[in-house]
Amino acid sequence: MRKALQKRMEAQKYVWEGAIPLQIHLHESQVTTLPPPPPALILAPRIGYLPLLVPLIKPHFRSTLPPGVDTIWFEYRGLPLKWYIPTGVLFDLLCAEPERPWNITVHFRGYPGNVLIPCDGEDSVKWSFINSLKEAAYIINGNCKNVMNMSQSDQLELWHSVMNEHVQVDCPAIEKCLFKFFRLVLAGNLEAYLRVSSKLKLATIEDEYTSLCSSKSQQGSGETDFTGQVKTGRVPVRLYVWGLSEDFDDLEDISQVDSWEKISYVNRPVEIHKEGKCFTLHDAMKNLLPEFFSDESLSDSKLAGVDFEDVQKIPSEDVSSNKVVEDRGQNAYEHREACYISSSAEIKLIRIQGIEPKLEIPFSWLVNNLLNPDHFLHICVCVKVPQ
Amino acid sequence: MCLATLEVFWTVIEVMMDVCNWDGTVSAKDFRIGALSFAQKWESLNSAFPPWSWVPCPKHSWLASHELLQEEGYLSLENICISRPNEEDIDQNSQTDPGEEETSCSEKEDDIDDATLVQSNHHELHYCDFHVVYSYTFRVPVLYLRAYCSDGRPLLLDEIEKELPACSSKELPETKWAFITQEEHPYLKRPWYKLHPCGTSEFMKLLFLGGDTAQPKLEVVLELYLLSWFSAVGQVVGLTIPCKMLNDR
Repeated sequence: MRKALQKRMEAQKYVWEGAIPLQIHLHESQVTTLPPPPPALILAPRIGYLPLLVPLIKPHFRSTLPPGVDTIWFEYRGLPLKWYIPTGVLFDLLCAEPERPWNITVHFRGYPGNVLIPCDGEDSVKWSFINSLKEAAYIINGNCKNVMNMSQSDQLELWHSVMNEHVQVDCPAIEKCLFKFFRLVLAGNLEAYLRVSSKLKLATIEDEYTSLCSSKSQQGSGETDFTGQVKTGRVPVRLYVWGLSEDFDDLEDISQVDSWEKISYVNRPVEIHKEGKCFTLHDAMKNLLPEFFSDESLSDSKLAGVDFEDVQKIPSEDVSSNKVVEDRGQNAYEHREACYISSSAEIKLIRIQGIEPKLEIPFSWLVNNLLNPDHFLHICVCVKVPQ
Repeated sequence: MCLATLEVFWTVIEVMMDVCNWDGTVSAKDFRIGALSFAQKWESLNSAFPPWSWVPCPKHSWLASHELLQEEGYLSLENICISRPNEEDIDQNSQTDPGEEETSCSEKEDDIDDATLVQSNHHELHYCDFHVVYSYTFRVPVLYLRAYCSDGRPLLLDEIEKELPACSSKELPETKWAFITQEEHPYLKRPWYKLHPCGTSEFMKLLFLGGDTAQPKLEVVLELYLLSWFSAVGQVVGLTIPCKMLNDR
């Protein structure tokens, strides 16, 4: 079990260290100098939020801004970026074919208040984060008392662990690769985060994947801490679905998202049911998007879950690596193909923390390892819908 | 109430929610049934007041209407004047058309006589839209609101607070983040103000089980749920339940 925990820490570390290279351009309407300022290059944490980068971006563009009051917002190809969505999720959602560096535009004027919630900098992001955490706590524990009753100092410590005050460090290695202005923004402090968030006493979900593997490998070794007890749990999920009407073969052919109308995002708790079967991502998706799953696939027992036996075949050593997420399934069912939903609609892509997991992966593994610090599992889905 | 009716009631409510262990929450489907019933009752008993309307919404904007197997949506009451020159005007809320672009106005609202419009020469009139949306997280109804001037300019939270009854305004600064926050409307995807639903299930449990709620029909029970909820939440934003609705039991 200790080994499994270490593995989990390792996966969480990957998530916390995940970063998106951003190339941030100042919108031309706010450029008052010639030549225009070069774009700002920032390595932004996946689990962070765009307004937290402002202290780095502002000095870069300060000298060229027109007079006036700053109201900072970001945009990607005409689409105002919602600051309360984690940066990594925005990237996964809006860049079907990952664009590196990701070219986004910053505006210091003309805040689109009709589309975006006002943002007063870090404080707004903090409250949005705490509210999200509260919601997650309610889903997991049935109340949010522990978040509400958190002491001021714990609340601050938790917040600082997530943003780590967005410490800026020079990165000579990157500087060598042409990017003169590239700055690395350190992601949060995972250990501090785990220490404070453990005080919230949020119920954990039994990791079916890990516990099954360890039960197998520890057979006969006298380990008693794994009881094989059946547990259920409610998982906070934030689902972002991008509906495309045209079909495509290559992700590069997908047109850009030009309006938030094309994306639906909902908070839907997923209830993990284990009825002799491992509850997989496929089961979770069926739960989240029932309208995409036809009756045929519902009656197909093969799709309803993966047998324990199949899961036990997987060596526990590989549990936390992303590679295993990609490679697994070669010897199991090809669920990707079986992912046809109702006759006309189809799930094209599922992305969590930049990874495209196979549908047969145990959902509990994803939850325990790929969670954002707000305790939500953010799932991006691209679907083809009938016209 | 006769014994037989009471028995039917308990059977219904036991099926619906194990009454002793009921946690004060409802399902999405029950919310819809209760909301429709509540809106109907409201309209039949308060014809002078703008009606609530049910706005159906697809879960995904790109889903065709025939795929709306389980219809989602929200209750809407719009263009309500919230300016109160003095306390007596609280229940004289009326509506006008401030020219606000809106997606979900009930046609019936046009029938309302504007003669009851609250007139004030002293300060600008403010209007409010109220939406009751089901929260899948908290499994309770949640009140969303936005306010604007007659010229359509949206009001900020501190401006709205001035219009709120004194009792809740006092609580606001202390529990700001636990109370009203600006969040995205779950269906309209625009910034709205949200009355935070954290404690809803707890007070619903108290309200609902404490009162005389014996009704034989499921939809009436659910309508009562909405009514009880609104009697508590409406107060915060200055909306009171017309007496007729409470007496007509």
